[in-house]
Amino acid sequence: MMDLSKYVADLICFFRRLGIRAFRAMGGGGGGGAEEELTAQETALYDRQIRVWGVDAQKRLSKAHVLVCGVNGTTIEFCKNIVLAGVGSLSLMDDHMVTEDDLNSNFLIPHDESVYGGKSRAEVCCESLKDFNPMVRVAVAKGNPSLIDGTFIDMFDIIVVSCASLKTKLFINDNCRKRSKHIAFYSVECKDSCGEIFVDLQDHSYLQKKPGGEPEQQELKYPSLQEAISVPWKDLSKRTTKLYYAMRVLESYESSEGRDPGETSLSDLPAVLARRKDMCDRMSVDESKIPTSLLERLLAAGKKEHPPVCAILGGILGQEVIKSISCKGDPIKNFFYFDDADGKGAMEDIPPTS
Amino acid sequence: MASAAAPASSEEAVKAAKVLMVGAGGIGCELLKTLALSGFSDIHVIDLDTIEVSNLNRQFLFRKSHVGQSKAHVARDAILKFRPNINIESHHANVKDAQFNVDFFKQFNVVLNGLDNLDARRHVNRLCLAAEVPLVESGTTGFLGQVTVHVKGKTECYECQPKPIPKSYPVCTITSTPSKFVHCIVWAKELLFAKLFGDKNQDNDLNVHSKDGSSSKSDVFERDVDEDLDQYAQRIYDHVFGYNIEVALENEETWKNRRRPNPVYIRDTLPEAVKQNGSSRDCSNDHEEPSAMASLGLTNPQEIWTLAENSRVLLEAFKLFFEKREKEIGNLVFDKDDQLAVEFVTAAANIRAHSFGIPLHSLFEAKGVAGNIVHAVATTNAIIAGLIVIEAIKVLRDDYKNYRMTYCLEHPTKKLLLMPVEPFEPNTSCYVCSETPLLLDVNTKVTKLKEVIDKIIKSKLGMNLPLVMIGSTLVFEDGDGLEEDEAANYALNLEKVLAELPAPVINGTKLTVEDFQQELSCSINIKHREEFDEEKEPDGMVLSGWSAPVEKQINSNGENKSAASSSSAHATDDTVEDPSKPGMKRKLDELLETKENCDASSSAQVVEDDDDCTMLDGNPALIKKKRLQ
Ligand SMILES: [Zn+2]
Repeated sequence: MMDLSKYVADLICFFRRLGIRAFRAMGGGGGGGAEEELTAQETALYDRQIRVWGVDAQKRLSKAHVLVCGVNGTTIEFCKNIVLAGVGSLSLMDDHMVTEDDLNSNFLIPHDESVYGGKSRAEVCCESLKDFNPMVRVAVAKGNPSLIDGTFIDMFDIIVVSCASLKTKLFINDNCRKRSKHIAFYSVECKDSCGEIFVDLQDHSYLQKKPGGEPEQQELKYPSLQEAISVPWKDLSKRTTKLYYAMRVLESYESSEGRDPGETSLSDLPAVLARRKDMCDRMSVDESKIPTSLLERLLAAGKKEHPPVCAILGGILGQEVIKSISCKGDPIKNFFYFDDADGKGAMEDIPPTS
Repeated sequence: MASAAAPASSEEAVKAAKVLMVGAGGIGCELLKTLALSGFSDIHVIDLDTIEVSNLNRQFLFRKSHVGQSKAHVARDAILKFRPNINIESHHANVKDAQFNVDFFKQFNVVLNGLDNLDARRHVNRLCLAAEVPLVESGTTGFLGQVTVHVKGKTECYECQPKPIPKSYPVCTITSTPSKFVHCIVWAKELLFAKLFGDKNQDNDLNVHSKDGSSSKSDVFERDVDEDLDQYAQRIYDHVFGYNIEVALENEETWKNRRRPNPVYIRDTLPEAVKQNGSSRDCSNDHEEPSAMASLGLTNPQEIWTLAENSRVLLEAFKLFFEKREKEIGNLVFDKDDQLAVEFVTAAANIRAHSFGIPLHSLFEAKGVAGNIVHAVATTNAIIAGLIVIEAIKVLRDDYKNYRMTYCLEHPTKKLLLMPVEPFEPNTSCYVCSETPLLLDVNTKVTKLKEVIDKIIKSKLGMNLPLVMIGSTLVFEDGDGLEEDEAANYALNLEKVLAELPAPVINGTKLTVEDFQQELSCSINIKHREEFDEEKEPDGMVLSGWSAPVEKQINSNGENKSAASSSSAHATDDTVEDPSKPGMKRKLDELLETKENCDASSSAQVVEDDDDCTMLDGNPALIKKKRLQ
């Protein structure tokens, strides 16, 4: 974790500078609760979006620090969106070397090995993202998501995890929950034409827009990832999307086989069907809850991401992160699913709030 | 198109496709990227616009160094940098140009719209119908968005359902009886600003109150020879905010049921300015762009200025135009990106608002109203672009059973943030995609052909280069390439009243109007009528028998239903609330509320100058499923 400590020092230095900027902007006029105003440059650049979410939200955004673990087509869409929106900083963690597979859905990697050769996904994408908005600090955070610790996590307000094992996701989610600081956790996976987003905002209070009235303060209490995936299936509504169950089967199969996420193919179908039977028996539900055809699609997808679906998931996730930072608008609680086959983008609340 | 064969695989269909993207703005940038990633390799892009700073927060293919350059070209170059092996052709042009005719459209397998205005959307719809090319249409406003599919004969066309059109305000509301801030903005921008800094030869309703009896001058807005700039500025101020209001107050009839406005004079709002006359501050701290806010030390565009501050800004902006931008005076047109113009208009609108007891607004808010600014974020555009590509792939595979219109919602409705809905069948009374004749009530004895062409054929029917025939007599044709004598003849006809045209138009006459470029032809049956309600039927003509755009009525007594009541069967759906969908009602109200944000324009507004304007139509809640055959 040598790299990480240098990174931490670097980031702390950056925060200090931010602090100085904030102090100066207050104009030394004796405080009086005067909040830092947006600069003329910020107002001009963010004009259209300030008209959507307001100045206060824009100020909060500019102070938020986001960590993305796992760089793929979907998270890069998300990164583009929040860099354009003007978050304070974005850190990318993904030491995997770029391969040809990454070119399929990641628009930040050029088709030119001389550019990406020998570089990590985070490094290649970091350079392009910086270009999108000079006012956002984009940095590479070297390291392994399955090893990150509390002091590191404390530097962020938002952590997004993708292409990580269930174990890693649980580990990071658990870590976020242990900190005294409020850290929002998101995980996102795109399996070709299907996608899943998980959200854990712990205790979240926000302003809910009321049509024709004053906004109202709302409180939400989120379950952890562990809680959200351990709910007895027979307690869930009949209308719960089949994708929720299918993703749990796949996740469980990958974990027990020690596979990397998405490292599956149609040849795994018999074993996955056995896993389905096993889980359904244990949960006392009928196997028909999880259609074989859906499992086939997910297995065939492997690591493939369908670019339009990346754009949709990255867009929804970007919007959610903006909502959670600004504490404005109803956030997703706590899963979101998209399936190209029926075109629906639906939320699921699991376990259901009674 | 309608082949019985099994749909081709997505990959094959995508690889073989040639697509046209109209618009390279907010949705366009996202769309071009997603198309390129999805394997599309033959793409044409048309966009008329150049890049502006306020685009950069979402149009991610553009950088600060590109400001002023063509969106279409820069977007193309940006995509080719990371996907050099695909073919993108960019056109920095208006999609309504003659080069983009039906033959041009025919070369594409699908057309994808990422447009910002109703006019261009209608035009592309007609060309797609004529060329029989499927159209995927889209729009966003803030967190809301929609994608719809239009395939001739299978689904409704873009114009089958009523569309919201920009609001217009009666002239007298603007000149005499404003009741909302937007009325003051329209007055400030289109009357005062235009009068002082724009083309002097333009008709301007501000002249109504400029008959200053005490003055021998022909135009009080002219600067006297040797008149000091401060004096001139204060004289104009007193004239438009003081004297004109006093004149208006004399007409007791107007104020019977209205709050009387207060005249505002500079001696009351800025007593010190009158004394300090001539002692102009040194504003030589050279700002690149002259700004009244900057020279007055006002920094926060979100703040609402006092009457005195507004007055100071107005005088300062006025002077800066004369001191720093004198060459442009006489040619200026209000532009939301012109800081000094926005400052002037904000201050003038606020002073007028004060006079009429209307709440004042910040420069930021005033700019939004004055510039018709559409609320826009990157995330919605990205989602909508993804949905467009998904629909485009279905269209290419001829997978019409799965075509969907998709609504992107801000708040989940029945758990859905992305709500797919089956498309409608074509509306059999749509004048664009069916052959239903229209009906025009008009006084044929007083109405000139020109008025029918401008107010009905061009503005309501959205024709570009119309041709008008009465029986077999051609009375008018638009466009280049006319013989001199033809052109002269048509010019004469334009000024004639309908009943006196070479082929007289009277009660029962049938007009045929055509636009060759759009390959659109329709018939209009004439009904002679002599009386029109000036308030409710200001055009002196009423067109019916078509899906009228939904215009927000200014007077709300609900009687003006001439257009709405005659619109298609869909109109009745609007009153039905599906009881199985609780919570839907709220959603709809919000959709409708937001929609208004994008058409806060005025009568004289012709240009919608920002991208991504949504035309939210077909309320998702009210949609009755009509399976496609
Ligand atoms: Zn139609």
